[in-house]
Formats: sequence, C-alpha cells, structure tokens
Amino acid sequence: MKILVAVKQVAALDEDFEIRADGKDVEAEFLLRDLNEWDDFSLEEAMRIKEAATSPVEVVVVCVGPESADESIRKCLAKGADRAVRVWDDAIEGSDPIAIAQLIAAVAKRERPDLLFAGVQSSDHSFASTGIAAAALLDWPHAAVLTQLTYTPGARTARFRRELEGGLLHEMEIDCPAVLTIQLGINTPRYASLRAIKQAAAKPIEVLTLADLSVPPGAVGEGGSLSRVRRMYVPERGRAQMIEGSVEEQALQLAAIIREATGGAA
Amino acid sequence: MSGVLIIAEQRRGELRPATLELVSAAQGARRAPGDTVAVALIAESPERLVPAVSVPGVDEIVTVQVAAREFDADTLETAVRALIEARKPSLVLVPHSIDAFGYAAALAARNRYGFATDVFRFEYADGALVATRGGYGQKVNIEVDFPGKDVVLLAVRGNVYKPPEGTAAPSVTSFTAPDVSSRVRSLEFIEPAAADDVDMTAAEFILAIGRGIGEEGNVQQFRELADAVGATLGCSRPIADAGWLPKSRQIGQSGKTATACKLYVAMGISGAIQHLAGMKHVSTIVAVNADANASIFGIARYGIVADIFELGDALKEQFQS
Repeated sequence: MKILVAVKQVAALDEDFEIRADGKDVEAEFLLRDLNEWDDFSLEEAMRIKEAATSPVEVVVVCVGPESADESIRKCLAKGADRAVRVWDDAIEGSDPIAIAQLIAAVAKRERPDLLFAGVQSSDHSFASTGIAAAALLDWPHAAVLTQLTYTPGARTARFRRELEGGLLHEMEIDCPAVLTIQLGINTPRYASLRAIKQAAAKPIEVLTLADLSVPPGAVGEGGSLSRVRRMYVPERGRAQMIEGSVEEQALQLAAIIREATGGAA
Repeated sequence: MSGVLIIAEQRRGELRPATLELVSAAQGARRAPGDTVAVALIAESPERLVPAVSVPGVDEIVTVQVAAREFDADTLETAVRALIEARKPSLVLVPHSIDAFGYAAALAARNRYGFATDVFRFEYADGALVATRGGYGQKVNIEVDFPGKDVVLLAVRGNVYKPPEGTAAPSVTSFTAPDVSSRVRSLEFIEPAAADDVDMTAAEFILAIGRGIGEEGNVQQFRELADAVGATLGCSRPIADAGWLPKSRQIGQSGKTATACKLYVAMGISGAIQHLAGMKHVSTIVAVNADANASIFGIARYGIVADIFELGDALKEQFQS
C-alpha cells in the first residue's frame, strides 16, 4: 500500500518587493519560500493512515520544483514521509498548474499509489487545480476539499466528507485509486522532532527529469500551460484610510469609530 | 466559436446564487452583438430550475437531465464537454466554488481548454480574452491570456458581480448528455454543528481575530476586549481549525456570513479571499495588522498598522475609564 502526497514549495512576498523587468512576476530575491500550508495537512492525513495500518504503508512525497525546494521536502521527510521524488528541468519554469499536474500524473504512473493526496490549493496563487487536473490526466476518480477521510489500506473505496459553502458537509464514497484534495483543519499536523529532522537529512530525494518521465519539454512551461501570464502588477489599494500615530492615539481613534458606529451605546 | 455558456450550480434541488452572478459577469464578454449568453442546467430535474435562471441577460436556457441527484464530478465533466462540443461557445463560466474545485480543472486539463480560476475580472482586448486574478496571497494582480485557445473556461470569484434583478423569458431547449458510470457516490449532507451560544449572522458588531494572535492562550485577551467594547467575538479559519474558538464563530466561505454586521474590526487577519467572502460587504471594516502589506487593507475602510496586542490593550483602556 502506498500513498503519494503532492507538495509545493510556495512563495510569499517579502515586506518590500519589486516586479521583474519583464513585468510578469516578482523578482525572485523578494520571495520567501516555504512548504504550502495545505500540504502539511495532506501529509499528516497520509501519516495517520500509515500509523493506523496493520500492514506496511509507504508515504512518498512528490514535488515539482528546483533544488531549493529540497528544504520543504526535507520538512515532509522529517514528519515521517518515507522518501521523496522531486521533478525538475529548466523547461518547467513558467508552467501553470495544469502543466505541473502532468508531471505529478507522470510520477503517479511510475509509483502506482493507492491514493494521491494534494492540498486544496496553494497559498501563493490559489488556483485549486493541480490535484484534480492530475486526476483527470490519470483518469482516476477524484474529490476536492476533504475535511474527513476514512480509508482502510487495501480497501476498494474510501469514505469522506467534503466541506461546502457555509460549512455544510457532504458525505461521499469514492472508488480507489483516487485523487483527494485535502482542506485545512482535517487533522492537526505534527511537529517534527529534532531527531527526526536529523534523520530526514539521510532519507532519499530522487530527482527526475522530463526525460525520466518521458514528458516532452513542449508539454510543460508556457507552451504546455492553459493560460499565459501577460502582466503582474500591484493593485491600487489605499481604500483604507490609515490611522497613524502612537498606539494610544490609534486606540483613541478606533474607540471613536466604535462609539460612532454603535451609537455611543458601548 | 462564439457565445458564452454558463454552467449553473445546484445543490439539493436549489440553484446556487453564484450562478446568477455569472449572468452579470457574462454581459461584458459578448464579443459581438449577436453573441448569446446561455445557461446550462445540469440536474436530475433541470426544468424545476428554469424559473430561477429566467432573468435579464440570459438568452437561452439549456436543460440537461442527468441521473445524479447531487454533485458528481464525472457527470458534470461529461455533460459540459458534450455541451461545448455541440454548441462551440468561446467562453464557459463556472463559479469558483467548492463544486467547481471538484471538476473544472479536470475538464480543462483533459480537453486543453484555456483555463483560469478565481478570476474577478475579464474582458476582450483586441479580440483576445484577458482575465485577472490575484497572486501571492492577493497582494498582486495577475493578467492572463489564452493564446491559441478556441474555448476558455473561467471559474469566477463570488461576490464580485451583482446578480441581475427582475425576470425574463429566455428560450428553453434541452440537450442529451452521454451516460456516465459514476465513481463517486453521494451519501448524505450533514448540517454544520449548531452554534455554541452565538449567532454570528445576527451580530451587528464583530471583533474578529486571526492567525496574528499567535497562540491559544492569547484568545482570552481578545475575548475580554470584545466584551469591553460590546462586540461579538469572531475568527478566521485557522483559529477555528485549531479549536481555539468554535466553528460557529468562523467568518468566511466555509463559515458564517456576517449578514447583519455594520462594524467589523479584524485583528491579525491578513485577508484570505475565503475570509473576505464572509465580511467584505460590511460597511465599516477596520483592519488592525502588523503587516502594512496585508491584503485586508485593500478592502477595509480604516487601517491600523500596529501590534494587535498593544493596540488591543490600549483600546480596552478606552472603554474602561
């Protein structure tokens, strides 16, 4: 039994940042990298199945990204993943989530897992597309936004709840192998122990190229994507009227806003 | 390739309101005066939904009867693909909803349609469709286009377009979609857990806390602050997920909508789009955040860049003297 967990190293903007000269992204030096928050939860969900199982379950992490993504992959290994696969080639630069999904699907074909987990979305670009697109390319059943999962290794089906608008839950059953996208809050992700962090350094990260996966370079990057970035820009903000001054002065003004809005009752 | 096709969303026999927002969104995407806006109703009893989408701006309603009563990704993907092949629209719109999360990317990936999600603006510029979405936690906007794509599928952000008012009488046609053997089965719906002691939808003044409070032990300070200023304490998703406050106090897409709220003070909330969905309509929003770039300042009326603990203490003093 094997669970493949797709993870992403996401980027957040530094306090000050500059848009690249071509206007299509932020200069790389202003990006702070980390493991996508959602992926912590999907890895934890895989670990829970592994630890509850009576037969061996292998948890394999797959990540599409350059060598710098190893830092995020090591976090997953420290939390208990058995091994990791990282896919990279310079041609992948500029890929949209669908092009990335092709690579994850190609790794899934090699690994033949019983379940493939992905986060509902990534915290940087929030497409909410990669996992479900990978499912389509594998022609596997799929479900999105899970907040509960019941699966016994070896079972032909899994039961789950997906979380809908307003908190309504939808209980469903899915045929396996399947792709499931995991929502925040499905579990409480663990912290890695110092010992596990040290041990993770010795766990293998297999690096695969496009050629290893028999994916032509034209299938990734801009050419393999379903959208193309024309321009990135900082939107006009400043709708908020900023309240300046010392904390006491700010509090005084906020108190006045509260008193006015609540009719002075408070 | 012409015209706009809207895929209506239904749940438990009712039209989801986001569908009507798409009707308004589609109006600016008629490339030529003759371009039509059609709404596809894919449901077990689609004719029952016809009145709900008989609104100005809809030229045609297409009913597609399917076996699945509730959301089924394979059913929707198969039906929409068949509709696209038969009708050849240039643009297909779905809401950026939980249901669409479950099938839109599959539909686009398999058929290589142009595709973008969480789009909040789109228009034709020199004949080419340009869509705008957020990036890096909504701190930047990204314009994307779809070179060489005859069909583009867009998942449109909710609460951006106002639904049309009034009624109309569009033509109604029916369409037969191929049969599907589903691989996912709907079992039941479970209502969200009952509120602890509070109805966030009725609260007029909400003080909401987010990730910025750091740890569970700090909740009490803001509970006291909310009491002191006369607010109902609410929260963003991470606080409810961690169990620091009950789920019934969560404001946002998968929580409560601050329906009656007139004053919303957000402390340590960065402004994830899912949270904004529950509160951005509030007339007076005050955002307090240590990060001057927090995207919540983009929708707030007033902004305060400060340490939320210090500001909280100072504010509480204002209400104690």
